[in-house]
Amino acid sequence: MFLIVGIFIIIGLGFNLLGAFSLYRFPDVYTRLHGATKCTTFGTLFTMFAVVAYSLGRLVSTGEARFAVFIIHGAVAALVLLITNATGAHAIARAAHRSGTLPARAVVDRLEEKEEAKGGTPR
Amino acid sequence: MFIFVVSFLMYLLLVWSGGAIPLIEVLIALILASVVTVAFRSWHRGRKISTRGLDPKRWFGFFHYLFGPFAVGLAKANIDVAKRVITGNIRPGIVKVNPGLTNDVAKTLLADSITLTPGTLTVDIDEEGSFYIHWIYVEDENPTEEQLYGSFGHWARRLAE
Amino acid sequence: MTIYIFLFAAALVGLLAVAVLGRLVAGPTIADRAVALDTMNTLVVGLMMILAAVYDSVVMVDIAIVYAGLSFVGTMFIARFIEGEV
Repeated sequence: MFLIVGIFIIIGLGFNLLGAFSLYRFPDVYTRLHGATKCTTFGTLFTMFAVVAYSLGRLVSTGEARFAVFIIHGAVAALVLLITNATGAHAIARAAHRSGTLPARAVVDRLEEKEEAKGGTPR
Repeated sequence: MFIFVVSFLMYLLLVWSGGAIPLIEVLIALILASVVTVAFRSWHRGRKISTRGLDPKRWFGFFHYLFGPFAVGLAKANIDVAKRVITGNIRPGIVKVNPGLTNDVAKTLLADSITLTPGTLTVDIDEEGSFYIHWIYVEDENPTEEQLYGSFGHWARRLAE
Repeated sequence: MTIYIFLFAAALVGLLAVAVLGRLVAGPTIADRAVALDTMNTLVVGLMMILAAVYDSVVMVDIAIVYAGLSFVGTMFIARFIEGEV
């Protein structure tokens, strides 16, 4: 159990570190969203798996129902985090594009082309 | 109907603390689920009560998707983005693709899956159902569905259409 | 023994949540700040889960669930504000 929890925690911490680092590494909002959303979601999921594995070990060794409750609530928290993070990232990206932030170093931008074709406000 | 059952079961799941659930909690769960359902129906008038969301085959399909292709895609996405964070090798751009979905649930499922899988992030969806996707390394300016998200379009169609 | 791993992880995640503050202060646009805030919220949810395991309390996991939901509402509200629809 010690080994499994340790491996999960190390993977989770590594991805969290990369996610926080990507905020300083990338040039604009969209690429930062890639790093921040994916890496921190995955890292936090792995720390949650570590917590769940720890309670599973305690459940097997002590047999108290308290730890089963812990596992269920942890799984619900992981599911909520997975759904809300993806949707929040989508909302921020859409808002940033509508407020006029264009992707830096972009090779192609179909959404901007569509706005111009529709006769929208030039930015 | 789907919302009623899911909120009822979720309340009971969160309130369970080992042993039997007292009757009063079941009553509270029924009242709260009714309140949520009535509020939802007052926002979306004219929707029929349907039991499509309760089909157990769909639920098994959903869990199969969550722990099969989706988990693999999530792991690949993170290793890919981690490499790009370290090397700084990016070529970003916004591309357009039309998977031809009509159902809102299917669109939401596909957009969330796209956001959590390799190098792609949904930016906007227009009225015709076209997805505008920010791609961190553009390989092709007019990509096909296969290049962008593999088999997820097929899964979204199967699970929610 | 495993408790010490969790305490170490909690300290590191807390440090990361503080490190994100740099982007929150310096970000050139509001959207950058929203991204930093979102990242910080995710890290805090993870921190709450780890501390729940350390202090052995189920209530803290419930608080983490509610915090995740409320931070999502906050993110959506900031996004609406950036679009100028509030």
